[in-house]
Amino acid sequence: MNPILKFLSNLGSQVTSRIWRLGAATRLFLLTLIYSGESFRRIHLTIREIYFTGVMSLIIIVVSAFFVGMVLGLQGYYTLQKYGSSESIGVLVALALLRELGPVVTALLFAGRAGTAITAEIGLMKATEQLSAMEMMAVSPIARIIGPRFWAGVISMPILASIFSMVGIMGGYLVAVPIIGVDHGAFWSQMNVNVDFRFDVVNGLIKSFVFGIACTIIALYEGYDAPPTAEGVSRATTRTVVTSSLTILGLDFILTSFMIAH
Amino acid sequence: MTQKNIVEIQNLSFSYGNRMLHKDINMTFPRGKVTAIMGGSGCGKTTILRLIGGQIKPKAGQVTVDGKIVHKQDRQGIYELRRKMGMLFQHGALFTDLSVFDNVAFPMREHTKLPESMIRDLVLMKLNAVGLRGAHKLMSTELSGGMARRVALARAIALDPDIIMYDEPFAGLDPISMAVICDLIRTLNDALGATSIIVTHDVEEAFSFADYIYFVADGVVAAEGTPKELSKSKLPFVYQFVHGEKDGPVPFHYNAPNYKKDIYESV
Repeated sequence: MNPILKFLSNLGSQVTSRIWRLGAATRLFLLTLIYSGESFRRIHLTIREIYFTGVMSLIIIVVSAFFVGMVLGLQGYYTLQKYGSSESIGVLVALALLRELGPVVTALLFAGRAGTAITAEIGLMKATEQLSAMEMMAVSPIARIIGPRFWAGVISMPILASIFSMVGIMGGYLVAVPIIGVDHGAFWSQMNVNVDFRFDVVNGLIKSFVFGIACTIIALYEGYDAPPTAEGVSRATTRTVVTSSLTILGLDFILTSFMIAH
Repeated sequence: MTQKNIVEIQNLSFSYGNRMLHKDINMTFPRGKVTAIMGGSGCGKTTILRLIGGQIKPKAGQVTVDGKIVHKQDRQGIYELRRKMGMLFQHGALFTDLSVFDNVAFPMREHTKLPESMIRDLVLMKLNAVGLRGAHKLMSTELSGGMARRVALARAIALDPDIIMYDEPFAGLDPISMAVICDLIRTLNDALGATSIIVTHDVEEAFSFADYIYFVADGVVAAEGTPKELSKSKLPFVYQFVHGEKDGPVPFHYNAPNYKKDIYESV
């Protein structure tokens, strides 16, 4: 085949397969919403999944947040002091975390920690015919397996992002106040005055809520769609991280532009 | 009116993409009988079970379960039919995050409103029937292959199904486990008054307990009959299969060009 034709046909098949996958993932998302009633009837399953995806992600979230906050404190102070406004360090740390780093880094860590676990678990359940067995027992795997994991992810993400921002601010405080010596009162009062609840805190929460939906449905879809082989599950796990990360960053830009325009 | 045949397959064709797997297959499964579907690996035996369970749709023809055409049912209808079926998957397909007890209790908890005390009694009775009452506290990951298969069987019969389907129940089992499962298939079928459909390639076992056998090859029913009739069959395919001869109508070699040509041309 002509190399140009070959290139075009490859490109075409790549594009159609991606659009097809996007459609299939959307379909899974809608089905999950439709079956949510059945999922919530088994609320203990969602609570159990919140423990596995949310609570078990706490350590990585808290430790990362602490370091991110400390780095923000250091970098922020270094730049701000050039302009003689090192007291604004509290505002800088808080805004950076609440608006961007809290939701985005939490979602990236969540994709790596909980998303991969979800994909591998569902992929292996499929490979060992557990999903088929459930179907044959007249129990919908979407209601029993997918739904609880989806809602657990969506509920956990904003809570984890809030914890991330809080711990991050503590990290920034630790570096700025006791170590560098910025005034304790200035750190908090500037933050208090300049952080807007609706514009900064709520918008951050909205972001992490959207990231929660995106990350969890990607992880679930990749697992549900994985070929039932060792290689299939491993590829699906990798795709979960790659697709989630890119989606989070892309969505972040879109959401931020809407929020700032508003 | 109850039909004589609980499952009927009429003029069924099925294909995966362009690959035709079944061509115009007809089979009947009479109530109360144990029927085996035999054939080489990859001939689409398991697919027949999936078609009966409504997990996939036929390309042409139909499968009727208890008088209802499976692929014409909506989700609710299919789920109602499936409640009459129990299926034992090839490797058991036990839920790995649940214990043996919870696995067997799963269909009862999902489909009935029985009190937990009654579920407990029923689960122990089902486990007792497969000889594993003592193992009810174990996690499903702690079981051997044969035990997992027996627990899965207890789960398949949890709601006293009318139809029990077995997908390769003997694959990878030691002779003792094999004999146990073999015995259970017949006993459970008769005790529950159920109808059993077994997909297998184990000749000796299938011939020992089946009432009727279908041989599937090249997408069609190559032969059918009682074990007695088939063991005397002179049909080349049946003879090769029953006697385990390595070459015959089913060739040893996968389709390949001339050997000599292949070797010399690659140099």
